[in-house]
Amino acid sequence: MPEAIIKVRDLVVGFGDHNVLKGLSLDVHRGEILGLVGGSGSGKSVLLRTIIGLLPRRAGSIEALGTRLDTASDAQRRGVERHWGVLFQNGALFSSLTVRQNVQFPMREYLKLSERLMDEVAIAKLEMVGLTARDADKFPSELSGGMTKRVALARALALDPEIVFLDEPTSGLDPISAGDFDLLIRTLQQTLGLSVFMVTHDLESLHTVCDRIAALADGVVVAEGTMDMMMMSEHPWVKSYFRGKRASMIAQAPRPTAM
Amino acid sequence: MGMASAPALNSTVSGERLLLAASGSWTATYAGQLESLVDNQAAAAAKLHGMSIDMTGVREFDTFGAWLLERLVRAWKGNERSVEITGLPEHYRGLLDEVHQANRGDTDARRTSAGILRWLNGIGRSFEGALRGTLPFVNMFGAVGEALVRVVARPKNFRITSAVHHLDRVGWQAVPIILLITFLIGCIIAQQGFFHFRQFGADIYVVDMVGILVLREIGVLIVAIMVAGRSGSSYTAELGSMKMREEVDALRTMGFDPIEVLVLPRILALLIALPILAFLGSMAALFGGGLVAFLYGGMAPEIYIERLREAISITHFEVGLIKAPFMALVIGFVACTEGLRVQGSAESLGLKTTSSVVKSIFMVIVLDGLFAIFFASIGM
Repeated sequence: MPEAIIKVRDLVVGFGDHNVLKGLSLDVHRGEILGLVGGSGSGKSVLLRTIIGLLPRRAGSIEALGTRLDTASDAQRRGVERHWGVLFQNGALFSSLTVRQNVQFPMREYLKLSERLMDEVAIAKLEMVGLTARDADKFPSELSGGMTKRVALARALALDPEIVFLDEPTSGLDPISAGDFDLLIRTLQQTLGLSVFMVTHDLESLHTVCDRIAALADGVVVAEGTMDMMMMSEHPWVKSYFRGKRASMIAQAPRPTAM
Repeated sequence: MGMASAPALNSTVSGERLLLAASGSWTATYAGQLESLVDNQAAAAAKLHGMSIDMTGVREFDTFGAWLLERLVRAWKGNERSVEITGLPEHYRGLLDEVHQANRGDTDARRTSAGILRWLNGIGRSFEGALRGTLPFVNMFGAVGEALVRVVARPKNFRITSAVHHLDRVGWQAVPIILLITFLIGCIIAQQGFFHFRQFGADIYVVDMVGILVLREIGVLIVAIMVAGRSGSSYTAELGSMKMREEVDALRTMGFDPIEVLVLPRILALLIALPILAFLGSMAALFGGGLVAFLYGGMAPEIYIERLREAISITHFEVGLIKAPFMALVIGFVACTEGLRVQGSAESLGLKTTSSVVKSIFMVIVLDGLFAIFFASIGM
């Protein structure tokens, strides 16, 4: 049994008198890329935002890196948060800071480092995500969509986290850039030994990079496992998603060997 | 996480080689300590010809550790000395290879320019910026004029709903606060008048002062400044955030002229609202003056009105109200121009809103001064 780095148990989250997540349980294993799929409005982003503490939960427990987040003190929480990075859907870069300052922001906050080391590490991170030192002094408004995602990823990786949360990392990118970004996530996951929790709509990402997939419907995880297990699921939503028209077109194409 | 411990780098010299034994956590948490350890070794003993780093004792290793190791290696290799790294666990190899590629590009020139040059550069740039800053206004003036001609030629194109909506916001909804403030200003002027004029027994002239001052200058000026702060800033912020979210570009691609759709109704609303507000404000100030004359100066309301009728003529009233539409134009132009100059960042939105308010208040006061000279020379 692989070690679970995030453990969600019987999670209930809702707004008003409507519960979005109804007793959901899910594990993310250490060193894997878990893809979370679900229809629009099924609560994928709600789950992600609840785990990282942006939304309150009504019941259930969340455990990350061996710490119960619901009962943890503020200091314990911060200790855990320091070990994860989040890539928001639209990047959420600070628009008044340069790319370099954006990447250095968490370092400045959490670590006591010399300016030189921060500069060097920030550039190294930017180069790891496929940018160059020349991009470092640009402002977020000067970046293209793909570059914004890359900078946001560099910022999420700034503290060398153990867990990375990705919210629709390839949305808004053209298929080629999306493919490159998938590959980048896979490469970084292997060099840095990350555990990745990825919310996505992109069937191709699921095929290429995810070790395991969890399908969200009706407020619970209705199917969990590898791509092959998804294909065998008889749940109506999972069936139409993975065996629908679009899905079969992608499945017929030869599977890229990114690993 | 459980095995985190402070990093160490023990050195021994064997012949002409430096042997380093690394241990502990080479991670972000200890990066500060680690940097000084590494820099000490990088500077060490110039006579030695080579270095071996034994990484067996290292428990944890991340990008920070990898980069500092790479920095040490580069420092030594730069002086044509050999370096070997042993005992690094295989799964950390990829990370070390990755940082081996890092920071090899050209460093940016922007940081390295000398202080005095940068200072001069800054002066030049801000001067150039100030000169260029006037261009958008001229541009906006022309664009609005052009849109106006088009709308006059085809009145159906005019966005009447939008203009009414803005008239409601900058006119109707501003009435209470404008009345309150001008009323208070009228009270204060009258009170100060009585307090000082009384020493000379010139109580009655307070009415002249209040009447002329309010109708000619204060009424319209205070209202224009209020409107610049209240409505000008909201125009800038609205247009600015529309610009940021590419709504302005969307309009343009659909074949609409943003000036016609967004700017013209706003300026027109101000053009109608400001004279009305100035009139209401002047009345409120005169009322405030009268109230203070009665309560504080002991002057009966009939006397106040009688004296007011003698002291002021329709000319004073005209001088005040003629200025109002021009001030409305200045506020509208400045606010809309600044709004459309907003760039992508949240900071620039704040900057442009501030500059919109500051510039329009400044322009309103300058305009008021020019009008004062003009009216004096034509004897109004």
